[in-house]
Amino acid sequence: MVKEIERAGLPIVHVCTIVPISLTVGANRIVPAVAIPHPLGNPELSKKDEKALRRRLVLKALKALQTPVDDQTVFE
Amino acid sequence: MPYRVVHYINQFFGQVGGEDKADTKPFVKEGVIGPGMAFKGALGKDATIVATVVCGDGYFNENMDTAEQELLSMIKSYSPDILIAGPAFNAGRYGVACGAICAAVGGKLGIPVVTGMYPENPGADMYKKNCYIVKTSNSAAGMRKAVPLMAKLALKLLNGEPVASPDEDQYIARGIRKNVFKEELGAKRAVDMLIAKLGDKEFTTEYPMPAFDRVTPNPPIKDMSKAKIALVTSGGIVPKGNPDKIESSSASKYGRYSLAGVDDLTADSHETAHGGYDPVYANEDPNRVLPVDVMRDLEKEGVIGELYDHYYATVGNGTSVANAKKYAQSIAKDLIADGVQAVILTST
Repeated sequence: MVKEIERAGLPIVHVCTIVPISLTVGANRIVPAVAIPHPLGNPELSKKDEKALRRRLVLKALKALQTPVDDQTVFE
Repeated sequence: MPYRVVHYINQFFGQVGGEDKADTKPFVKEGVIGPGMAFKGALGKDATIVATVVCGDGYFNENMDTAEQELLSMIKSYSPDILIAGPAFNAGRYGVACGAICAAVGGKLGIPVVTGMYPENPGADMYKKNCYIVKTSNSAAGMRKAVPLMAKLALKLLNGEPVASPDEDQYIARGIRKNVFKEELGAKRAVDMLIAKLGDKEFTTEYPMPAFDRVTPNPPIKDMSKAKIALVTSGGIVPKGNPDKIESSSASKYGRYSLAGVDDLTADSHETAHGGYDPVYANEDPNRVLPVDVMRDLEKEGVIGELYDHYYATVGNGTSVANAKKYAQSIAKDLIADGVQAVILTST
């Protein structure tokens, strides 16, 4: 899905847990997520800390969208 | 003396539990568990499954290095002559785990390895070069066909018999070149093929071109504070009640849902329809898969210009590549028509 949206002309970032799959399939901007059942969360943290974690990940994703890339790039 | 086989399976086939047990750490049991019984029958007296190693699909994929190490030492301790993994059918994480453990065992223990997957399984593209992946159907209903094929290939490898072509031995082509002699000169074969093609007759290519499907990255957003960003997810976050009844696996559709006036997703307003991961955490707080709460904050703070007022969701569990392509093409058209400038797509 990521590739098709990119093909249509929109910059897109894939926030996903299993980075090797995203790389193999061909996403260009990738942000590794936390875990499969909660990619942008962590139930072990307090609500406040969890939201802060989510905010950091989303900011990373937005940064990726503002970064020129020539090739597949994982934004750790 | 029968050959010694170790069988690798996931938490579901290992009879531990479903998605809720996907975090199961590796363990080993002597003898067979679950589908191992079928392999036992298919392998006959020539090979014995001496042990079964089990690992949760979530644990493996989230801890690939440590899981591999733990499993390698468990497997090694049984001095196997071969490792059989899965079959994983179309289960993505299971396929990745089977491929990875086969590659690790093949590489580090130097013994033959066999697994089985549906060709669209992401594990297939990732590991087809490293191991023999027998082609299976896309669900466990194909177990009865998969097991004898895998067992047959396993015995061939154990007996040192030459493995035939991917079509004959039913495995996913590994991209390995093997030099063979042909009766006729290449030039003649090529011309014969061309004549057949020109005459609209059937011909078989000697070298199918691999599908290099890469997309050139689009230029970045210059001014995020003015940009309209859309959220899309394959994690199956839908309004509570799943009004469009998006399937928990092999989704036949995607949904377009309004975010107008929505600042937060809650257990009362939304849920996950995705059947391929433990839904507890996403149902408690859907922002964990679709980060609406944070996006709204960033919108209010002026970090982004605007959060697009609709989001798109489907379920990525076993969804065919063809369908995923179709949905995304349609979604992209909508987004562009509505002036969206960039997309964040979340996946579990």
